[in-house]
Amino acid sequence: MNTPVALVAQGVGKRFVIKKAGRTVVALDDVSIEVKSAALTALVGPDGAGKTTLLRLAAGLMVADTGTMTVLGIDAATDPQAIQNRISYMPQRFGLYDDLSVQENLDLYADLHGVPQDVRGKRYQRLMEMTDLGRFTSRPAGKLSGGMKQKLGLACTLVRSPELLLLDEPTVGVDPLSRRELWEILEQLVGEENLSVLVSTSYMDEAARCAHVAILHDGKVLAQGTPESIRDTAEDLCFAVTPPADEAPRHLQARLLDDDDTVDAVPRGGKVHFVRTRATVEQGDPDLARVLGASRAEPMPPTLEDGFMLALRSKVQRDLSSAAAVATSTSTSKPASAKTDQSVIEVKDLVRTFGDFTAVDRTSFSVSRGEIFGLLGPNGAGKTTTFRMLCGLLPASSGTLRVAGHDLRKARAHARQQIGYVSQKFALYGNLTVDENLTFFGGAYGLSGTRLRERMAAVKSQFELDDAGHAQAGLLPGGFKQRLAMATGLLHAPDILFLDEPTSGADPLARREFWRRITALAEAGTTVVITTHFMEEAEYCDRVVIQDAGKVLALGTPAEIRRQAGETDARTFDMEQAFIGIVEQNRKASRGGAREAA
Amino acid sequence: MNGGFWQRLLALTRKEVKQLLRDRSNLMMGIALPAVLILIFGYGLSFDVKNAPVAVVMEDHSVTANDMIAGLRLSPYLAPRVVNSMHDAEALMLDRKVDAILRLPSDFSRRLGLGDAHAQLILHGADANTARTIEGYVQSALAQSTVLQGDRSGASPGASVGSVYLEQRLWFNEANTSTWFLVPGLIVLITTLVGAFLTALVMAREWERGTLEALFVTPVRPLEILLAKIIPYFGVGMIGLLMCLLAARFLFDVPIYGSLWLILLVSVFYLFVALGIGLLISAVTKNQFTASQLALVTSFMPALMLSGFIYDLRNMPLAVEAVGRILPATHYMEVLKSLFLAGNLWPVILKNCVILIGYAVVVLAAARMKTRKLIG
Repeated sequence: MNTPVALVAQGVGKRFVIKKAGRTVVALDDVSIEVKSAALTALVGPDGAGKTTLLRLAAGLMVADTGTMTVLGIDAATDPQAIQNRISYMPQRFGLYDDLSVQENLDLYADLHGVPQDVRGKRYQRLMEMTDLGRFTSRPAGKLSGGMKQKLGLACTLVRSPELLLLDEPTVGVDPLSRRELWEILEQLVGEENLSVLVSTSYMDEAARCAHVAILHDGKVLAQGTPESIRDTAEDLCFAVTPPADEAPRHLQARLLDDDDTVDAVPRGGKVHFVRTRATVEQGDPDLARVLGASRAEPMPPTLEDGFMLALRSKVQRDLSSAAAVATSTSTSKPASAKTDQSVIEVKDLVRTFGDFTAVDRTSFSVSRGEIFGLLGPNGAGKTTTFRMLCGLLPASSGTLRVAGHDLRKARAHARQQIGYVSQKFALYGNLTVDENLTFFGGAYGLSGTRLRERMAAVKSQFELDDAGHAQAGLLPGGFKQRLAMATGLLHAPDILFLDEPTSGADPLARREFWRRITALAEAGTTVVITTHFMEEAEYCDRVVIQDAGKVLALGTPAEIRRQAGETDARTFDMEQAFIGIVEQNRKASRGGAREAA
Repeated sequence: MNGGFWQRLLALTRKEVKQLLRDRSNLMMGIALPAVLILIFGYGLSFDVKNAPVAVVMEDHSVTANDMIAGLRLSPYLAPRVVNSMHDAEALMLDRKVDAILRLPSDFSRRLGLGDAHAQLILHGADANTARTIEGYVQSALAQSTVLQGDRSGASPGASVGSVYLEQRLWFNEANTSTWFLVPGLIVLITTLVGAFLTALVMAREWERGTLEALFVTPVRPLEILLAKIIPYFGVGMIGLLMCLLAARFLFDVPIYGSLWLILLVSVFYLFVALGIGLLISAVTKNQFTASQLALVTSFMPALMLSGFIYDLRNMPLAVEAVGRILPATHYMEVLKSLFLAGNLWPVILKNCVILIGYAVVVLAAARMKTRKLIG
């Protein structure tokens, strides 16, 4: 039954005609990949690279224009049903029925796949053990948290052992703990049932766990091979540097990124990890000392992400430096002051209850002007609730909440004038143009006449939207939409910018660009409050707060958080390890406490 | 068809029924809305005129004239209100306190004796239908009084010179109650609402929410997905139909001259047409909002306006009439009305049934063609 290769795509091409815009988009162009049996294969690449299209072609939900897609030895174009009988597929939105309970969703898929009654009991038991959903079998799927939905979606694809499992970005918007659990399930099944899996992801650490990785970009395969082979392309090019005590890692990172010979730079564990181009390293890298100043760089072993960035940079030359330069010079018309100790957000004993459920429990923290402040926590930890209260979208049950000098419980309208808010879904009007969106939001913030025109010009140049004024917002690519959303949030030159999971589902390249803008904004004096599921992004923050079950578990600089998690000089953590460590310590302690109390 | 067909169909149908019962908005639209429509159309909306206020200007104070007015008072359809002058009557008419003015001139009774009496009737024409109805009521009330007058004066009816007594009979709706023809129309509307509108909505929801994408990559066949949608909503449609039939019989006392079984049979045919339209619309639009708009415009509104429910097709401009004639709802309406009020007229039944079956086959086949396991 098991052929050595589960899927073969040969020269696959697929294009879409967008009628409204009157143009064709090439989703896939001459893509050839193989998925080996009994192993994990990852599909990585930026937004719009063609990952979803490739998975849909494999599932027989689309027909390729050119080339052949062969799944389990069957041509997907001629007999998709034969393939669909034998594989499983989890689309990005999981495909669950919200009105049906966990058990009913499972039963539906078991019936559709014709799983005999006598083997179901055992299979269900196993799935429930792995997913830890056993306690919730009668709960409607719509009432599950994001992480649990994702696990149920996976369980539904596993009601019988499929010959190939296709997963489309299964971990978007899911917290690190749930993400880790999902991957543990996958690896267990690959080991025990020889499951073959093709999974698309924007997390490089997930791709690194696979046997084979294919990097897609603009519909083409940029590179593929084992994670090690891709990683090794960055051999000898990776370094780490510790910034001087008086400089935040992100400043040094920004300087590194602004240099043309830097492939990538990220703050990591208090240091800055960076990759230089091979050409410059071979010449002895004469410019590096100038960029680094007093600090010394030490060579580092490469990671998969370094290899990925190297592959992408060979295709994409995004000029981050110019974007950042514009951002700093024309920013929010405030004096470019570095952060001060003056706090712009003060939260004391904040409580929010929904019925008898306490979503946020006596939370206190303060944020200083010009600071980048991160809210982290697993799904359902209360960070969205906290976030909404800070933006004045949700009244607090008790406690004090001061934003930009206004008591949010009394002068919400005044406080809102000082706040810019960019929601996760980018609240834009898709059928209005960029200019029309900006004019509308400007009007909503009370801007008009010359002031509105000035501000529109400023944010458009700040976010490189000058040439896109007449483009319809709904037809813009994802990265553009995000820039437009941020531009609308900054139109009224607010003191504080709130960003709710702005990088969810974005690839590393887009996220670098995004963070370069954010750090430039903070330089210019705008305070930024942000939520994210990418723990390494916490490294960009001056301080972060980690919440779980409504309580603050940790508050401090990234370095302080790592130390709280138990980091020593001998044993270093990255932020994700620190995060998981702190949340699990706390959950164990509270469970132990509960047991003692009982 | 492979062996798992029944198992999959059963699983999908069970899922559909559960969703239907749990989603309150579906139940509201499938059961509560038809009930509300029945009450609105049965009690609220009616083209009958009852107790229409009529100003009576008495310029003749004779006994004869007073008898005449008494005759008007006896009519359940009119509420005469005697005023002193034409001026007062006009004021009432302008305020729309009365719908008509009846003026009996000073020489009314004298000329009545001569068989040449004139009375003036002025009608408020803003609502032409009501005006015409009142005209009829006043005329017949006056005529009746005249005949009585003649009887009383001892003369034979034929002797009342020059007056012709018109004996009126309304066939098929003897009482001329509008609920009689509204109820069959209501059945058409409710069947369309559940079949086309609700089904289009729930199917488009599956496309929109991406649940079909996951469902497609299983052994399930498109036909099974469609059948699983048709079965429960067919049931909801039949419940709506039964509610209408019960209301017709026991609430509004509408007679059913034709066979109840035939009514059920043609309704089944039409329900399949409506379900097919709903499924076809959702398969083409794949979007709840567009699907609901399209279902409203292409099935519900035409069933209301162009099927001969409210407006007689023959009074419409030719082009509009032609559109109306094409609609399956019109054929259903025609056969239902005749079954309710005229009995088993086989030529009408056969012709319309054949047309409805033809429509059902075409739209269901088109829905099947358009529902393919493809995304985008």
